[in-house]
Amino acid sequence: MYQFSGKLKMLAFALMIIGALGTAYSFLSAPKTIEDAKAILAEQAHHGGGHGEAHASDDAHAVTSHTEEVKHEEVKTIEVKHEENVDSITHSEAADHKEEVIHENVTEEHKEEAHIAEQVVEKHVAETAHAEVAQHGEAHGEDHGDHHAEHALHQMQNRPWSAFYVAMLFFLGVTLLVLAFYAAQRVAHAGWSVALFRVMEAITNNLHYVSVIMLLFLIATFMHMNHLFPWMADGVFDPQSSNYDAIIDGKKWWMNTPSWLIRGVIYLLGWNIFRFIIRKKSMEQDNGDLKLHKNIYNICVGFILFFMFTESMASWDWIMGIDPHWFSTLFGWYVLATFLVSALTIIAFITIYLRSKGALPLVNDSHIHDLAKFMFGFSIFWTYLWFAQFMLIWYADMPEETTYFALRFNEYKLPFLAMVVMNFIFPVLLLINSDFKSVPWFVTIGGLVILAGHYIDLFVMVMPGTVGAQYGFGIGELSGFLFFLGLFIYATFSAFAKANPIAKGNPFLHESETHHYYNIEHRGEENSHH
Amino acid sequence: MSTNKVIHALYNDDDILMDAVKKVKDAHHHIEEVFCPFPVHGLDKAMGLAPTRLAITAFFYGITGLSVAVWLTWYTMIADWPQDIGGKPNFSWATNMPAFVPILFELTVFFAAHLMVITFYMRSRLWPFKDAENPDPRTTDDHFLMEIPVHGNEDELKALLETTGAVEINVVDKH
Repeated sequence: MYQFSGKLKMLAFALMIIGALGTAYSFLSAPKTIEDAKAILAEQAHHGGGHGEAHASDDAHAVTSHTEEVKHEEVKTIEVKHEENVDSITHSEAADHKEEVIHENVTEEHKEEAHIAEQVVEKHVAETAHAEVAQHGEAHGEDHGDHHAEHALHQMQNRPWSAFYVAMLFFLGVTLLVLAFYAAQRVAHAGWSVALFRVMEAITNNLHYVSVIMLLFLIATFMHMNHLFPWMADGVFDPQSSNYDAIIDGKKWWMNTPSWLIRGVIYLLGWNIFRFIIRKKSMEQDNGDLKLHKNIYNICVGFILFFMFTESMASWDWIMGIDPHWFSTLFGWYVLATFLVSALTIIAFITIYLRSKGALPLVNDSHIHDLAKFMFGFSIFWTYLWFAQFMLIWYADMPEETTYFALRFNEYKLPFLAMVVMNFIFPVLLLINSDFKSVPWFVTIGGLVILAGHYIDLFVMVMPGTVGAQYGFGIGELSGFLFFLGLFIYATFSAFAKANPIAKGNPFLHESETHHYYNIEHRGEENSHH
Repeated sequence: MSTNKVIHALYNDDDILMDAVKKVKDAHHHIEEVFCPFPVHGLDKAMGLAPTRLAITAFFYGITGLSVAVWLTWYTMIADWPQDIGGKPNFSWATNMPAFVPILFELTVFFAAHLMVITFYMRSRLWPFKDAENPDPRTTDDHFLMEIPVHGNEDELKALLETTGAVEINVVDKH
């Protein structure tokens, strides 16, 4: 039996406490009023990002036509971010506000009306630039300033919620996919992985813990405590309201808060019940009952069916619902691929760790090799789905679909591109070598990059729709991640310590014990029984 | 070498063959060749053969294919005649890159696969109208044959092979 060491338990609790404190801090420090938001915006304008400096030289051209200004931007591929709306701004003031981009349709009028746009527009056609600026549905009139500040306020208030939400979804998805992978191994009568069954079962223990928090989160969202889902806002379905959105109204049969919450509860409940039963029966199977083995097989078939439907729907409800105007057919599989790679990486990590502690006597290098093969293969599978989704939308370039990627490519360029490198190029080059795949050190390095890459992937799925340009990776994001990491460590190792690390009643156990990939030499292990 | 004599030891089971190979290797005799009707797992390792480098060549062929595809798409679509086709951005290769990915992928696979196969044929000297080299037709059906060169130690070798369960031991002059 494995002993959950006090040190590790301490680490798990420390992570949870630090995470909880940091999350509380990020909630408390979020702006409460429009005035706060305006102050932050003004601050941001003065400490503007890189594009501010790039504009310093443009000020001389402030009087020249707006068209030129925008074209200049395009060449530099720098986003035009309009930080602040100042109703009457003199030309000399504009020179002082080096960060600001001044839009002028007519040179003469620039003293009265200097439009400060708020969003990046991917097609910098000067004539339409102002129209596109209003892509958030904001009026471009006198009250633009307040509208903009209110919009930014919502995004800033969303940030601690989103930070927590991304971390929670990440760990929920990963643990759920470990269960799905485990069930698939059962259904496929896989011989190699039986030595890893108890590791996978232990990881899925985390599902119960995260589900409880997720449930509370769903209820909080249902009670309008956050603005993560724009379609939940007041008046969206009311034709009399200024908030009325005919597109979302057309999706009302699916997108309405009561059924959204009910569906969420069904997914969570279903997954947890399946996990509980499978784990319980698997422990009982230590007595070697073959009838029980068949029984677990049937339950796993049922789980996989239930999972395939609910995973797709959950990804529509919880991730795609953040951008209610946008839809993609393969989104559910794409989310599945993201979590599946991460799940395999997590299994490999826990296996490597536990083996190094001597807790997994049956696991040899061939098992690690197989896990790394899965990590490699599903990294490519993820890239395939990611690219299939991106390229079809890029190719057809239909405006209602393209905005999704235009926003991400313009505002989230670094994470958006970094994620492709981290999730595809790096693992492919590192794990393509057969020898490397059985070296724990290589698998760990590759796995760290893969996990970080898929966290960023989820980040880029969620954040643009909830916090938009107000994103960052700060205390809130880090704390959310640390909290769920601590919870994960606690859940996994406490469950692993409760059971025999060898699933000794499984009829395929011997096959797993003697599992050997012909191409590799086991390091420092007895290899005579092959 | 003065003599071209070899010993052909025939077996009718792959397990027995494996044990025989290990035994002969342990006695420090060089095994010239083993003929089998099907792949025997672990035989290469038992014989001490060096691992194949075919996969490494395939990797480089793949890179070659990728480069060819990059050049082809760049030259035809961007450099030579950058037409506006349906509004696709052809200012540079990078702006139109997503449209080229299917070609990049396919040519990478095409080059890697075909050149690797051709490499395999060349390295294993296989081509149409090539004369078959199997010393005994039974090795394509249900027998395994181990070939060991004789350097004046014919009797010693024969005695050793007798103990390994060979069903037939022949001394053959190789021409």
